[in-house]
Amino acid sequence: MSRVQIAFQDNDESRYIVAAIKQDNATAVVHYEPAMIRVENEGSLIIKRDTVSEQIGMEWDVQALHINLITLTGHIDEDDDYFKIMWNN
Amino acid sequence: MTIEIKTSTLKPIRNTYAHIERRFGDKPATRYQEATYDVHSTHNFHYKPLWDQDREINDPSRTAVVMRDWYDLKDPRQFYYGPYVQNRSKMQENAENNFKFFEKRGLGESLDSSLREKIIELVIPMRHAEVAANLNNMYGTAHGTGTAVTQALIYEAMDRFGNAQYFSKIGLALDGNTGDSLATAKEHWMSNPAWQGVRAYCEKTLTIKDWFEAFIAQDIVLDTLINDLYYRQFDEWLTQNNGRDLLLLMEFMQDRAKDSQRWSDSVLKVVVSESEHNANQVLAWISTWRIRAQEALEPLASALLGDKALADAFAVLEKRLTKVGLNC
Amino acid sequence: MSPKKLNLKDKYKLLTRDLDWEFSYEDRKEAFPYEEFEGIKITDWDKWEDPFRLTMESYWKYQAEKEKKLYAIYDAFAQNNGQTNVTDARYVNALKLFLTGVSPGEHAAHLGFAFTGRQMGGIGARVAAQMQSIDELRHIQTQIHAMSHYNKFFDGFDEFNHMHDRLWYLSVPKSFFEDARTAGPFEFMIAIGFSFEYVLTNLLFVPFMSGAAYNGDMATVTFGFSAQSDEARHMTLGLEIIKFLLEQHEDNLPIVQKWLDKWLWRGYRLLTLVAMMMDYMLPQKVMSWQEAWELYFEDAAGALFKDLERYGIKMPDYTDTIKQEKEHLSHQAWWIFYQYTHAAAFHTWTPSAEEMDWLSEKYPDTFDKYYRPRWELAAEMEAKGERFYTTGLPQLCQTCQIPMAFTEMSDPTQVSYRESIYNDERFHFCSDPCKSIFDNEPEKYVNAWLPVHQILQGNCGGGGLDKVMEYYHLDDGVANLDFEGSPDAERWKDWKGVA
Repeated sequence: MSRVQIAFQDNDESRYIVAAIKQDNATAVVHYEPAMIRVENEGSLIIKRDTVSEQIGMEWDVQALHINLITLTGHIDEDDDYFKIMWNN
Repeated sequence: MTIEIKTSTLKPIRNTYAHIERRFGDKPATRYQEATYDVHSTHNFHYKPLWDQDREINDPSRTAVVMRDWYDLKDPRQFYYGPYVQNRSKMQENAENNFKFFEKRGLGESLDSSLREKIIELVIPMRHAEVAANLNNMYGTAHGTGTAVTQALIYEAMDRFGNAQYFSKIGLALDGNTGDSLATAKEHWMSNPAWQGVRAYCEKTLTIKDWFEAFIAQDIVLDTLINDLYYRQFDEWLTQNNGRDLLLLMEFMQDRAKDSQRWSDSVLKVVVSESEHNANQVLAWISTWRIRAQEALEPLASALLGDKALADAFAVLEKRLTKVGLNC
Repeated sequence: MSPKKLNLKDKYKLLTRDLDWEFSYEDRKEAFPYEEFEGIKITDWDKWEDPFRLTMESYWKYQAEKEKKLYAIYDAFAQNNGQTNVTDARYVNALKLFLTGVSPGEHAAHLGFAFTGRQMGGIGARVAAQMQSIDELRHIQTQIHAMSHYNKFFDGFDEFNHMHDRLWYLSVPKSFFEDARTAGPFEFMIAIGFSFEYVLTNLLFVPFMSGAAYNGDMATVTFGFSAQSDEARHMTLGLEIIKFLLEQHEDNLPIVQKWLDKWLWRGYRLLTLVAMMMDYMLPQKVMSWQEAWELYFEDAAGALFKDLERYGIKMPDYTDTIKQEKEHLSHQAWWIFYQYTHAAAFHTWTPSAEEMDWLSEKYPDTFDKYYRPRWELAAEMEAKGERFYTTGLPQLCQTCQIPMAFTEMSDPTQVSYRESIYNDERFHFCSDPCKSIFDNEPEKYVNAWLPVHQILQGNCGGGGLDKVMEYYHLDDGVANLDFEGSPDAERWKDWKGVA
């Protein structure tokens, strides 16, 4: 299976997003690099609005991840409540 | 190891980029200047476009308009990317609040049903006309000369796409988010006699080859008339006919049109005052397209506001043209 | 009654896809005249899947937020004279290469996506291309602004656009982007949208941005990461366009495969500049070119091509060559610039003993055998006051336009030469893939404005190097020549209070 990955700018808001990712993706691995937080997982990775909102302590819009996003690898599937990346193989 | 920075030696060795200095002198430049002037490639192109073998990839001859310096088309708003998105973001926030208020207060449900029908028939189909506006401006972005005008054209293009989405959202606000109004509006766009002239006009503009002609047909002729019909005359009509709530939802388009006109007035003025050749060419285009616009808009203006409305809108167009030195 | 809430997907469809209509008054082909000449067959634009679902409202909102943050950092950087915090003034030469070589490419991409954003028949694809177009405008403008402060304190930035259109090494990126812009809309989308912005993007951006982070350049890091978030959207567009074309009609497969083969190669050759930057221009190194290639191509593209296998797409044949070249590329490239730096707008230098040891470690099979001796000789000559600058002009590859310094992988001491005869004229190439690209479209490539040919024809100011330098707006002893003794180096010493 191939790995997907997503990278964020290393700032306050991203840390909440990453915490939420760890909560919802048990096997995800987090790498801290200069100014960047990179998360990898086998096959797919999901970011759930509810989890991030809970972490932040207020309503979070899934599309707000565009502000902190650096790059990603994989196909995207997004809706109001989630943002998912995955490979089809 | 401590490093001592001798601040007295930290004097800049130059104030700005060389091409900016050549234009404006040896002094600090504005961000608009650095982002805009002389950004387009002008020399030594490698290949001929497969889709236009007679011209270079960047080629001033893609329009009949001739400018000694296309960078004379400075945007009075001085929009480069940052100020543009920040400006529209503020307007967007306002619009978002307006739509939320409209929904929260059930203003859609309490709207008079014949007024609702009228909006769906005669306003919502604008969402399709705005697609043509988006494409006509994007055409100029791709083929125009000099970043001064091409960047303003892409801001206009994306604005018009935003308009299309706002008109769609008005529909959703009126039909309880079912999308039914949009389906009905599309039927009107496709077959209601009130719209066929405008639709034909729009389709025709999409076949124009000269990008400045497209700007004239769209941003000057059609838009001046439509803006007057909808954002002045119909605005007044709504105010007098229990439609004030709808003005909340049209505020973005109205404010944006005003802002955009500052720019398009300026483009027209600079091009026309450059030379008799330009003035004559622009006049020729205006003559052709205003006749088409007259024919196209008659049924729509009539249905929307009555028989006098279009003449009033044309008076506004005349005034605009006179102001920039064009007497038709 | 409270309104039923449409989900993101449905709402987005009503706000975009549904806006277009079937023409009745004009022939749609008049409005979209370039859709068919490339041989691509589209049977149903409705099958286009929107790669991301950003309304204009959201676009303005989130991009404005990013812009506020970005410019706050630019202001802070300028106010604090952040340029004095980079590891070493040598590093700034990587930025000069970026502004003169890459930034104008952003502008070219902006115009190219504006073209496809107008010309494609499907509104979903047009919207995505248009958003990419305005994003690319954002990139060129934010890069110009990021570099603006560096331009005030270092040489080599101030004529970036004049030079991009004229200098011998800058025709490499210039011709790359012009090749894409002069192609049809679908080739452009595969060339830039897919090959460049999806497959190869991490190889351009991560090295430059990580290089910036490792070398104390806050302005560039911030720009880079802010721009990369736009890139995430661009990547999804690239992936969608190739899937869409392959799913639309089986006749599209050979055309798309040919484009992939051409554009991955042209992109790879363009990345030569990045390879050299990573291995030779960063005082604080991030990783070697070889490591970057392994991580960002061999691993990542591996997964991608596995995905595309189902359509019949194959990895290009030359990936084995690239694998071998990764141990040679940066060394050969830096050598080109080292000897021609008198005619370049950035400085070069011999690697230090420490740097050579790093290179030995990263390239155990090639550096000590083929390249260390060269650098040691160069250092010797420099010590004697005979810093080597070549006096000839290089032969350029007709396709990629890089000087012909690449070698055969079967024998790295032999320069790789290929040629083709077309209309009784002989054309030269650095490799088999560059030759194939030419052979497939000779009519296109014979027109290339090869800088060295143009100099020899007298089209670059005149008959001597001094005239050419004038034509380039390159003042001798300012932005050119070795880093040692340059005005940049002297100023740096001054700022740092060292002798």
